Amino acid sequence: MHWFILKRLLIIPFLLLIFSVISFVLIQAPPGDFLTSYIAELAQGGTTIDQAQIDALRRQYGLDRPIYMQYLLWVGNLLQGDLGVSLEWRRANVELIGERLVLTLALTTASLIFTWAVAIPIGILSATRQYSALDYVFTVLNYIGLATPNFLLALVLMWIAFDRFGMTVTGLFSPEYAQAPWSWGRFVNLLQHLWLPMIVLGVAGTAQIARVVRANLLDELGKPYSEMARAKGLPEWKLVLKYPTRVAIAPVISTLGWYVPQLLSGGLVVSVVMSLPTIGPLLLRALIGQDMYLAGTIILIFCVLTVIGTLISDILLALLDPRIRMEGN
Amino acid sequence: MIAPPPAKGDAGSAVYVAPAWKMTWWRFRRHKLALVCLWVVGFITLIALMPEFFATQDPFATSARRAYIPPQTLQLTHEGRLTWPFVYGVEGQRDPRTLRMEWVADQETRYPLQLFVRGFPYRLFGLIPTDRHLLGFADTPPGATPNLLGTDRLGRDQWSRLMYGTRISLSIGLVAVAISTVLGILLGGISGYYGGLTDNLIQRLIELLQALPPIPIWLALSAALPRTWPVTWVYFAITVILALLGWTRLAREVRGRFLSLREEDFVVAARLVGASQGRIIFSHMVPSFTSHIIAAVTLAIPLMILNETFLSFLGLGLRPPAISWGVLLQEAQNLQSVVNAPWLLIPGLFVIVTVLTLNILGDGLRDAADPYSS
Repeated sequence: MHWFILKRLLIIPFLLLIFSVISFVLIQAPPGDFLTSYIAELAQGGTTIDQAQIDALRRQYGLDRPIYMQYLLWVGNLLQGDLGVSLEWRRANVELIGERLVLTLALTTASLIFTWAVAIPIGILSATRQYSALDYVFTVLNYIGLATPNFLLALVLMWIAFDRFGMTVTGLFSPEYAQAPWSWGRFVNLLQHLWLPMIVLGVAGTAQIARVVRANLLDELGKPYSEMARAKGLPEWKLVLKYPTRVAIAPVISTLGWYVPQLLSGGLVVSVVMSLPTIGPLLLRALIGQDMYLAGTIILIFCVLTVIGTLISDILLALLDPRIRMEGN
Repeated sequence: MIAPPPAKGDAGSAVYVAPAWKMTWWRFRRHKLALVCLWVVGFITLIALMPEFFATQDPFATSARRAYIPPQTLQLTHEGRLTWPFVYGVEGQRDPRTLRMEWVADQETRYPLQLFVRGFPYRLFGLIPTDRHLLGFADTPPGATPNLLGTDRLGRDQWSRLMYGTRISLSIGLVAVAISTVLGILLGGISGYYGGLTDNLIQRLIELLQALPPIPIWLALSAALPRTWPVTWVYFAITVILALLGWTRLAREVRGRFLSLREEDFVVAARLVGASQGRIIFSHMVPSFTSHIIAAVTLAIPLMILNETFLSFLGLGLRPPAISWGVLLQEAQNLQSVVNAPWLLIPGLFVIVTVLTLNILGDGLRDAADPYSS
């Protein structure tokens, strides 16, 4: 078991190294740099900036150095815990990212819990009542859930809330709490706003996971041990919940590995539509404005979160399934 | 595409000589819902092939005075009696307080729907010059052509734009999936057939790509496309970007198939009688998993369509003047525009229907391709 976890942990620095290179290449790829788009923006506003100032700025941001030096500086600073400075906002990236990251994680976790809380019962109900009206209703809902882009769902729900109830359900806080420091009131306010984005974000995953649970449970229900328990006279619901369900939901844990990146990615789009103060809109803005260190750092953070999600799912799986645990020995 | 059904009498004996694809088709045909979806997908493909024929107006023609007209829905009854479909004309009145244009249906003017009407000229399939359109309203005064699904911010006809968008959105899905299929089959095949170090390298590469969060990477890649590029270049770049992360799933599938087939008796037998490697792969192994590949590809297309919609919606995918479903939905990017003009969400309905039918079709194909399914 320890070997298994150790092996997974040892790969991580290697993965992060590759991811940091990929992130850096991606943010370097657009033609020009931050200053060219900054100058263009100034020119649009009617101001000009003289060459000496440009050169000074370029030196200050380290943009005059060769590319590999820029990369080494960036990674070196990251390793020392310095996330760098946003060129556009002229503020430390930590300040910009900090709270947004917490809110992103809160939203992701809430959606994950929502998904499991809804998908697993639906999967169990559809499998135990296969080909019933209920099963068909869930199947249809699943297909629709899978086919609906989450930003569209967000737009429609926002529209209904506004049109029918006169509510504006954007953002994660009421105006009086938006800039306030953390307090109990602010936390409650967050929970009051979190449910809608949570549902919007979780719907597609709920559909996918309910399908997985249903298929797995159907396989398990036909196995001899289920027949045996039934023959011994165990009540049906007790039988289902006690044995086959436990086996059937194990693969759900392994879906964490791809579900967390999917939630993070999906959250990005939903956040833009619902103007949530999460990391997504910041990344979009940084990418368009070529605020390279901010964009690169955010992409790298997404990669790190993905890697952590995969690691947690690997460890949980190993805890659940002895066959995987033994693989390391 | 649709084979004639086998004669009832000899169905029993036909089973023994039927090739794999035919048996797959027989099993598929039993799945009624998937069969319906096949027709729907076929119809959407037809729209994608000749959107000009289905469009009623030039999708690029703007008219500032006709912005945000609500859909002029087809009416089937007039004065309580069933009639040939028609639409009411609209009249714009400016609200004296908000200065907003309010469009009201004018019950007096009725424009009957006509089929195969002459309209704006175009080239069918880019070759045949014609001006016939499936639907249209021939006897309307200039500047009052009805808009079946309303107009957008610039007074462009949404129905026609939707038809044109179908071409781009569907083809982007198809091309991106085609690229990832070629990559997936090539790399997955190499990985599964040769094994060893090659397999190890390719598998690690796949794991690496799958560990990347897709949307941030796509966003960064699309943001890297120069703004000055012409529309067609952006189009191809976006398909390549989508395919770049999309091939891994297919490669896994193909590799798995190769691994399990490699040890099968008929492959070993072919190797023993001295068949060449190419012959073993292409005439023995590939036919036995083609149907699986087709099913996997069908399931990959809707994902690509959704991804293109995401990218374009965020303004980093296709850009106007290109028309795709994502570009159309960008008009409805915030609550304010949706409240003003809810009909701008209609392209989303097209996305849902297309993705839904492709998913059901793919599931049906996958079930049919599995010879052990009951």
